[in-house]
Amino acid sequence: MSLAITVLFYLATVILVVGLAYRIWVYARVPAPLKIVTTPAPVTKAGVVLRMFREVAFFESLFKSNKLLWLLGVLFHFGLLLVLLRHLRYFINPVPAVIELVQPFGKYAAFAMIAGLLGLWVRRLVIDRVRYISAPSDHLILALLLLIGISGASMTFVSHVDIVGLKSFTMGLMTFDWKPLPPDLLLVIHLFLVAVLMIIFPYSKLLHGVGVFFSPTRNQVDNPREKRHLADWARKLEENS
Amino acid sequence: MAKAKFEVPELQEYPQVPTIEPGAMAHLETFKAKPEFQEALGFPGELAENWQEQAIEAMGDMLGKYRSLKVYMDSCVKCGACTDKCHYYLGTKDPKNMPVARQDLMRKVYRRYFTLAGKFFPKLVGASDFTQEVLDDWYNYFHQCSQCRRCSVFCPYGIDTAEISMAAREIMDRIGLGDKYSNEIIGKVYRIGNNLGLPGPALEDTLEGLEEDVFDETGVEVKFPLDVKGADILLVTPSADFFAEPHVDGLIGYGKVFHEAGVSWTISSKASEAANFGMFIGSYENMRKVSLRIREAALELGVKRIVFGECGHAWRVAYAFLNTLAGPFDFLDQNYPVPQHILEFTLDEIEKGTLNIDKSLNDDMVLTFHDSCNVARATRMGDKPGGQFDIPRAVIKAVCNNYVDMPADSIREATFCCGGGGGLLTDDLMELRVKGAKPRMEALKSVTEEYGVTHMAAICAICKSQFTKVIPYYGFEMDQIVSVHQLVSNALILTGQNSESEEDKSEEDAA
Repeated sequence: MSLAITVLFYLATVILVVGLAYRIWVYARVPAPLKIVTTPAPVTKAGVVLRMFREVAFFESLFKSNKLLWLLGVLFHFGLLLVLLRHLRYFINPVPAVIELVQPFGKYAAFAMIAGLLGLWVRRLVIDRVRYISAPSDHLILALLLLIGISGASMTFVSHVDIVGLKSFTMGLMTFDWKPLPPDLLLVIHLFLVAVLMIIFPYSKLLHGVGVFFSPTRNQVDNPREKRHLADWARKLEENS
Repeated sequence: MAKAKFEVPELQEYPQVPTIEPGAMAHLETFKAKPEFQEALGFPGELAENWQEQAIEAMGDMLGKYRSLKVYMDSCVKCGACTDKCHYYLGTKDPKNMPVARQDLMRKVYRRYFTLAGKFFPKLVGASDFTQEVLDDWYNYFHQCSQCRRCSVFCPYGIDTAEISMAAREIMDRIGLGDKYSNEIIGKVYRIGNNLGLPGPALEDTLEGLEEDVFDETGVEVKFPLDVKGADILLVTPSADFFAEPHVDGLIGYGKVFHEAGVSWTISSKASEAANFGMFIGSYENMRKVSLRIREAALELGVKRIVFGECGHAWRVAYAFLNTLAGPFDFLDQNYPVPQHILEFTLDEIEKGTLNIDKSLNDDMVLTFHDSCNVARATRMGDKPGGQFDIPRAVIKAVCNNYVDMPADSIREATFCCGGGGGLLTDDLMELRVKGAKPRMEALKSVTEEYGVTHMAAICAICKSQFTKVIPYYGFEMDQIVSVHQLVSNALILTGQNSESEEDKSEEDAA
């Protein structure tokens, strides 16, 4: 089992990193030939950075759209963020003070994450409009995230896992000095599902985390009259006419 | 109230999000373009045997040219934030008129042919082959989107359905399946110079007629010049301004403002159209070709500035795209924005004090203002973000005493489309146009009842045409729609204007 999880994790990491790098490369390479920013919009680069920060940190547009959906999204995403920060303790030795500080919040953030996910799923099932637009994969991704959250929280709050053994396993992964995984069914399930999530990330709607930074309606400066914007393929069109 | 062959939605006091009715608008399909209209735009005349192959190739090409399309195909998480934001969904209840579902018509084909998941597990991720049935849905529902971008305001990733419906129309055009309304009109622009197909001599007659009208009314010789070389300003305005009501009253307003400002200006018979339907069909090449007429006209006439008249999508193309498509405009006077909106010009003059305004001449009206979708969410006026909302209101308030805004969720960046934008202003889509106007009509009704609003001002030729046609279905009168520069015209007292004509004029307005 240790071997299988070890191999799976290397595979998942490579797919995640290469897959995301490839996506970013594609998004960066495809030109945006026209200024299509959704106005009112910032007229300076600094303003765009601020707009993007508000979008990513506070989900500004979602807040304008739907307060309940915004709340559920915030619960899930920021719960997940704290949980992930807490997990850094398994990959850094000695554990930095700031991660120690996050530890108690990160533990309970799991509940926020699970509550958010449950709320999002109920919404998907109950509201006719959202049910209509849901594909099987939309439900499965929620199920996957929920199971990851529940299996993880169970190890913190229900059936404690051998933390020392786990850390020696994860540090072994990092240093290519492989150590056995503590034999614990919850842990195996948790790690397996996380690896699945890492593998599907670059090939699924989870890409929204990258896409938002490349969205021309949000990342462009509103200055088309002041500054001429021309894509390479459009320039060629000009040269040929 | 106008008669309809379909059920006109009932206006609700507190607008509600309807329950979905699948297929409610599946029957509505706009007329297809004949081969001659397609070919005039450089597209094949009709569908070929291998249309599916061609369509997928065209989609691949677009995905490599438009970052918006590529990112938006990948990024949607189906959160549903947009599902209750489209006026066409709110008015028709057809779930395929929800922005995300409209996008999914393309996304399911994208996933099938361009993603690993869709190639191996199509059912799982909602991918589908590009069948005739899917193509039919594309044709129907991508011509039930007015590209107003309201959904893009509320999407957490800024996914803009307009970008997707434009790309879909371009792909359909490239396989020989075009829409008659837009493509025939673009052909007219190439052949004759404007959407209405109004040739130079007719235009000259019309403008002379306007000069006579203004003279009869005011005793002042206000000129409406055509093709005057060496004029300072080239006015580019939608051709509806030459004929339609209330558009033409707006044009008279521009003429009076230019007259009082003491600038020399001209209209061009070559660029006698501000509209650019190339945008509606998502065709960069056609949009560029239409835009280049304006550059050529400006060069031939030797003008120093370009000013655009009241028109929504035209202002989007002018403000956001013209510099890209037909620039650089280094031959124009750089002390003024290129191009400039007529409202920017007029507000400048008002602030400079060159206009003699008597606000009381508009006292027979209580006004509200419809923010046109393209102006609101795709452009700016002035140098501050949001100027596109503040400048029109500043002008209206400078010439009218009675003004109120409609409810906050129906104005500014959250404004509702009139229901006829994006190349849908055709009689074959009347059912869609009437139903799509519902959210705006509800907002108008609420201020009518609460504040006694009598008129709604607009700054877009399509909004004006659409509203005058559809508001009778909801129990309003068509002359309740006015141009903003019509209000300016009413209140502007020209230098040397004879005084008794003012009374005539206000009587006319009251009638």
